[in-house]
Amino acid sequence: MALLEIKNLHAEIDGKEILKGIDLTVNAGEVHAIMGPNGSGKSTLCHVLGGRDGYEVTQGSITFDGHDLLEMETEERAVAGMLLGFQHPVEIPGVKNIYLLKEALNAKREAQGLDEIDTFTFMKQVRELVASMDMDDAFLHRGVNAGFSGGEKKRNEILQMLLLEPKLALLDETDSGLDIDALKVVSEGINRMRGEERGIILVTHYQRLLNYVEPDFVHVLYKGKIIKSGDKTLAHRLEAEGYQEILEEAS
Amino acid sequence: MTETQELEQLVQREYKYGFTTDIEQEIIPPGLDEDVVRMISAKKHEPEFMLEWRLSAFRHWQTMKEPEWAHVHYPKIDYQALSYYAAPKSQEELDADAPESLDDVDPKLLETYEKLGIPLHERAVLAGVKGANVAVDAVFDSVSVTTTFKEKLAEAGVIFCSFSEAVENHPELIKKYLGTVVPQGDNYFAALNSAVFSDGSFVYVPKGVKCPMELSTYFRINAKNTGQFERTLIIAEEGASVSYLEGCTAPQRDENQLHAAVVELVALDDAEIKYSTVQNWYPGDEEGKGGIYNFVTKRGECRGDRSKITWTQVEAGSAITWKYPSCVLKGDDSVGEFYSVAVGNNYQQIDSGTKMIHLGKRTRSTIVSKGISAGRAENAYRGLVHIGKTATGARNFTQCDSLLIGDRCGAHTFPYIEAKNASAQVEHEATTSKVSDDQMFYLRSRGLSEEDAMNMVVSGFCKDVFNELPMEFAVEAQALLAVSLEGSVG
Repeated sequence: MALLEIKNLHAEIDGKEILKGIDLTVNAGEVHAIMGPNGSGKSTLCHVLGGRDGYEVTQGSITFDGHDLLEMETEERAVAGMLLGFQHPVEIPGVKNIYLLKEALNAKREAQGLDEIDTFTFMKQVRELVASMDMDDAFLHRGVNAGFSGGEKKRNEILQMLLLEPKLALLDETDSGLDIDALKVVSEGINRMRGEERGIILVTHYQRLLNYVEPDFVHVLYKGKIIKSGDKTLAHRLEAEGYQEILEEAS
Repeated sequence: MTETQELEQLVQREYKYGFTTDIEQEIIPPGLDEDVVRMISAKKHEPEFMLEWRLSAFRHWQTMKEPEWAHVHYPKIDYQALSYYAAPKSQEELDADAPESLDDVDPKLLETYEKLGIPLHERAVLAGVKGANVAVDAVFDSVSVTTTFKEKLAEAGVIFCSFSEAVENHPELIKKYLGTVVPQGDNYFAALNSAVFSDGSFVYVPKGVKCPMELSTYFRINAKNTGQFERTLIIAEEGASVSYLEGCTAPQRDENQLHAAVVELVALDDAEIKYSTVQNWYPGDEEGKGGIYNFVTKRGECRGDRSKITWTQVEAGSAITWKYPSCVLKGDDSVGEFYSVAVGNNYQQIDSGTKMIHLGKRTRSTIVSKGISAGRAENAYRGLVHIGKTATGARNFTQCDSLLIGDRCGAHTFPYIEAKNASAQVEHEATTSKVSDDQMFYLRSRGLSEEDAMNMVVSGFCKDVFNELPMEFAVEAQALLAVSLEGSVG
């Protein structure tokens, strides 16, 4: 059984159709990259998968790990094992980062019928992860994303992913706004998450991230449809030739 | 039914309760004149000076007009339709209209208690269940708690008792300090309170004494049913310090519609008073029906040099709140602080803030106000920072933040600054924000329910104030906010 199966997905916002029939299957153990120019529907796809209000699915179906995803609330999707890494992580002033991490982990544990994690184990685990992301402990006690640099915000998203160990990680432009050092750290984090039991979808503009995280499949999204799929060489072609050529070829 | 009729009905109900009692002397018929004031004083066996004080307040009140400047709306109150004295009811009388057991209590109320984490045996007391006080005595052994507690305080020389007891046992202190911070004629409601106040708390901390424990109304279970015109006076002598906690985090049954309390604090040289309030009176229902009118005058005077007064409040209840805990900074180098969270949901109206009156040299004040509006609530911050001519080198910092939940509520800010000394520094920062869809989506995508997500955003917003609350109170305040904002999402 596929981990994620999207069939003929149509979705609109404010009555305007953005996704016009998407088919995509992601199996556990696979890394997929979805690329496309601005306005092709990449972020809409992420929001629909995350269950954001305001997006209406007019046709099609999404199955996630055996569940009908479209029947689930955002938080149900999260505790069932989907993690959405935000293009623009949101600031929650006054709420300590570590507090959110703990609440999120406990929400997931509760859904799995486990007890709340004990503070000692939690702290130990979090500190190791923070160090692995080349971050300082002080970072845990700052407000969630409040006053973070772009790079810090993205590292924070990866930190959350490492802690929550989702079945499916959907990373929306995690590479945007990163300098080369941060890109390496973030990529290493993603690579550590690769595994037999986990699917990863990277949504990105550029080939850059894919130099560090090699995808098994690359899809080109254009005007709300996947117009071409291939292996990692497709990304190289996009980088070398630009979208135009591929678009013409596909049409 | 019009709102006026409704209010009348509430007033009538009170009247009716009075007349159901067999002992005619227990209650004064509705209406207010000098005879009523005399009768109240006589019933409390007060000394002559107290009666004179009440009478002069009453005479003043008669010349005054009810204020209309606050950003609140309510039907006119007929002060002649209220009854101004009901002797504390006996247990049988209390039981006459009390629920038989927890099974008879509104399940919604019980649900709230559960969410607040109130222990089972306390819920009955709060809900006014028959005989529950007795049960509480048994469970808590409150008599012995109170006794141990009183002994410990007495050892330190601290006086902590009801206001009536203080009038009886410490008349010299009452004479010396009563009305010196909030004069009888200060405002309409303070004058009314001065004429007819029922009871309240009295605290006196002698020179150099650090009060050995946090004082809380929790230890005054006996002072129940005296809340309508409460009067509190706290005095900290030179070098003394005390922390006083007022209130209860659970919504209590309360028959009184109008509350007009007065709180006076006096801090002498190097003294420190911290006054924390969690107010959660009945706010009315989802339609805005019923609820308490909370018209309170709270003021502290830093009378001595280097003294400090801190007000911390979490205001979550009441249909209408009209309240400005203030500091008069007379002593040189004295410090006033005001930390406030005021939350309104449904049809609640809040007009609250503070006044910092700088008179002494190098006086400093800090104001941190966090207003939260949800539903159709209207929430106004009203503050005055006054720097007098004599207040050389005075400083004030004000931060005034509003958080809106939904798009039918309102937040208003009325900051007034009067600086009459050119050496003063006054800073004012204000922000208004909404709980954004982005924040909600972000937190929910991390597995938090809609309510938990909202609570997280709100408690983050209130953090600066919660940090000022005594530890235990802070946890309760957070739970209280969650309950108050219930139904404001989705």
